Amino acid sequence: MPPVETAPAATPTLSLVAGAGTRAVRIRRFEARDAVLLVGSSISSLALTWLLYERLTPLSGTFGFWVSWYATFLAMVGVTNVVEYDAVRARDRIATVVLWSVGLGVITPLLLVVGYTIARGIGALRIQFFLEDQRYVGALSRADEGGGRHAIIGTLQQVGLAALISVPLGLLTAVYLSEVRGRLARPLRMVTDAMSAIPSIVAGLFIYALWILTLGNSPSGFAGALALSVLFLPTVTRTSEVVLGLVPGGLREASLALGGTEWRTTTGVVLPTARTGLATAVILGIARVIGETAPLILTIGGAFVVNANPFSGKQDALPYFVYRLVRFPQPAQIQRAWTGALVLLVVVLALFVIARVIGGGGPDHISRFRRARLRRKGLA
Amino acid sequence: MTSTMLGSTAPEAKDPTPVPIAIPTNRDRGDRVYRALATFGGTVTFVLMALIAVFLLTRGWDALRVAGWRFFTEQGWEPGAGRFGIGSMLPYTVVIALVALFIAVPVSIGVALFITECAPRRIRRPLTSLVDVLAAVPSLIYGLWGLFFLQPRLLPLSRWLGDHLGFIPIFGVSGEGPRPLSLFAGSAFVAGIVVSLMVIPICTAVMREVFSQTPAGEKEGALALGGTRWGVIRDVVLPFGRSGIIGGSMLGLGRALGETIAVTLLISVAFDWKWSVIEQGGNSIAAHIALRFSESTEFGISALMGAGLVLFAITLVVNAAASVVVARSRTGAATEI
Amino acid sequence: MTMTEIAPAPPGTGRHSESAPAALEARDVACWFGTNNVLANVSLVMRPREVTALIGPSGCGKSTFLRTLNRMHELVPGASLAGEILLDGTDIYRGSLPTTEIRRRVGMVFQKPNPFPAMTVAENVLAGLRLSGIRTARDERRTIIERCLRRAGLWEEVKDRLGDPGRALSGGQQQRLCIARALAVEPQVLLMDEPCSALDPTSTRRVEETILELQETVTVVIVTHNMQQAQRISRNCAFFLAGANQPGRIVETGDTEKLFNDPDDPRTLDYVRGRFG
Repeated sequence: MPPVETAPAATPTLSLVAGAGTRAVRIRRFEARDAVLLVGSSISSLALTWLLYERLTPLSGTFGFWVSWYATFLAMVGVTNVVEYDAVRARDRIATVVLWSVGLGVITPLLLVVGYTIARGIGALRIQFFLEDQRYVGALSRADEGGGRHAIIGTLQQVGLAALISVPLGLLTAVYLSEVRGRLARPLRMVTDAMSAIPSIVAGLFIYALWILTLGNSPSGFAGALALSVLFLPTVTRTSEVVLGLVPGGLREASLALGGTEWRTTTGVVLPTARTGLATAVILGIARVIGETAPLILTIGGAFVVNANPFSGKQDALPYFVYRLVRFPQPAQIQRAWTGALVLLVVVLALFVIARVIGGGGPDHISRFRRARLRRKGLA
Repeated sequence: MTSTMLGSTAPEAKDPTPVPIAIPTNRDRGDRVYRALATFGGTVTFVLMALIAVFLLTRGWDALRVAGWRFFTEQGWEPGAGRFGIGSMLPYTVVIALVALFIAVPVSIGVALFITECAPRRIRRPLTSLVDVLAAVPSLIYGLWGLFFLQPRLLPLSRWLGDHLGFIPIFGVSGEGPRPLSLFAGSAFVAGIVVSLMVIPICTAVMREVFSQTPAGEKEGALALGGTRWGVIRDVVLPFGRSGIIGGSMLGLGRALGETIAVTLLISVAFDWKWSVIEQGGNSIAAHIALRFSESTEFGISALMGAGLVLFAITLVVNAAASVVVARSRTGAATEI
Repeated sequence: MTMTEIAPAPPGTGRHSESAPAALEARDVACWFGTNNVLANVSLVMRPREVTALIGPSGCGKSTFLRTLNRMHELVPGASLAGEILLDGTDIYRGSLPTTEIRRRVGMVFQKPNPFPAMTVAENVLAGLRLSGIRTARDERRTIIERCLRRAGLWEEVKDRLGDPGRALSGGQQQRLCIARALAVEPQVLLMDEPCSALDPTSTRRVEETILELQETVTVVIVTHNMQQAQRISRNCAFFLAGANQPGRIVETGDTEKLFNDPDDPRTLDYVRGRFG
């Protein structure tokens, strides 16, 4: 094994209670001493940086200030730990501080993005957004006049159609790959993996060239649904195959050994055992597809009024609504775009949370309703 | 007969080597229907995907054939005049992706190490979920955020970099004297930062998976020798997880190369190549397709498809290489890319 | 419900006319995985209403042989076999019985308990019937569940927990649940592949008690590493042995008593005396 950085062992802090019998001892690696060093380093580096910025040098700017503070802070941590312990321990401390900063700091961009979207979008969000479309909206309209109902209906229909096409087909394909395992399995898996790498714009371009140009159809919600399916189908197939593969082989064996047929094994044992994983995969796939903009740009055409027929006529969709409006110069249009963006973000995050909640329970969870139903059948 | 131990010959075999029988697979009708149905589904999917690939290839090939190898060097885009190529777009696509990786890879390594090594047990799962939320946010939202929030705040920094570090080619800027902030808008720099946010969760997921499979025995061995936590990370976890770092980075690269909408919103289109990352201008292949499709002729669409095909091929190769790298490693079999 | 109402149904009166304990006979069976010959010249008679134990060091092909008895061997890609396996005189490979029917008649309990996670305890017991397409009336279900759980020695422990998920039980209970599940389809033979190796001693004892009770109504063939277990529960034994790069063969079969106290073959003597394992 390569030589490993070692440090002399630190004596753990023991707490003893006189005459109280045995008490569990907590061994701490991070003692009060270390906390003092850390806090002290941060304060002193802050002071030093302030000094550098305000008094001593012509450096300026908040960004530069905080970057300098962080660098000085790390240096301080190093110096204090070298003095208090030794160089090895100091390196360990610096590394730990860096990892903690990065690990917790990665939340910051998330908060910034979500927070900014809420801040920009909430201003003009009214219930009308879900009830009206843009038919009466003119150049001088305020941002909260009109709404995005046409975009919401479009998105629901397009994503719904895409799911209708992709989910059953993808599940069936996953069953073929995982359970039936015919001769087509290897080439099929290769092709599916390849197709899941397709850039979303190319998926849109494909449908544009095939459906709209070559076959002569006009842009419609259905064309958008097709483009989304090109992305959705490989995703559903792959993740479902992984989920089915996680079902232990012993269960299939047990089912067959009882005299079960292959299809009853799949429908009676494998699929029910995998049901939470499959539900999560489908919901996460929908969450991803709902936010896709690029395939829609080339296929749905965009509209300002509700078009409830996805098979004929241009339709709008929430991401496309946002994308189009944000490029207008008028602040009202931009504001509308932000409102739409906020709605989109909330929907996606809600789906994500639902997927996590469902995915948390395993197949063993038997709900109250199911238990009652089983009792009636004499099965519980 | 003396007593014999395991490894001795068994009693004499009967003479001719037995021939295995052909075991009949007598499936009942239900099973046959089920298999046929599943095979049908698999075949449909296979045919559909193969058709997509074939269509893209044939349509894109028309234009690629005309342009020949100049497709990779030509910087302008005028399909009508026969002069078109991804000469400036491909490098920009790569530059944006590289800037994104430059930020995302160290951050992902740090986050993955934090989650698997340093984080208290109770915050591991919530933190992992939070990082996954980064992947759930639509790229459109990232593009908007980048355009309205990040870019204005980034411009002074870009100018500072140009002014003080301009001798390094990637920070080079044209012109002299006080430069207007607008010169730095729409640069690969800001696009790269925004794309990095989308890449971080992908890289983190793979690396986290790999780091968590470091054999506990090796880690404990290092600790038993008196190692610090950083020593264990540096000398055991990171070497073990090397393939995960590479594989995760490559997967992130694939994602960054294909990112369309965020780049489209941010970039100020320019077709000439310059080394500078912080100066405005540039165009990625994906953004170019998004911006040009509506005004293109039949041949123009072919040309765009050719570009899309090249992008698809690159992404495919990168993803395939990533899978191979992770699969070949010690941790390989259990990690699913 | 009194005990007599839920005592095991006399063989032959259940829903299947062929539920009486059957005789299994293997004639000159050989097995391959690909080109690798793992068993050769295996001939064995497993008599009805008896427990036959297959013993021998690990890797000799005992489990492989067991799986040929209910046509599970062929599920492994590249697996093949030669010879005949007769269930009450009918060749299970060349006869006209569907594979699923053979597997119903020759049940199996595995080394690691594998109750179906998505089902309750009650559903698990009836799972075999559902999976082989056998319909049960609502009133019958309760009877069947109780009967099978009693035969498996599990009824008293789970009678109030029938609605719990199958995996909520302890390891030993799960294994007995799997036995109950296997019994529900009224098999003629029950194959057991080291059923107690993953269990603690108390659960092992319970399972062994169950096996002894079962042999009246079901022929039992059990693979075991545990020689004491073989002596405790089996009437007949077959000792398997494989040489280095040699296929496994049966060295000696016979009465358990005789095999352990006065075997014919010196290798058997060495094994049962614990000189190798």
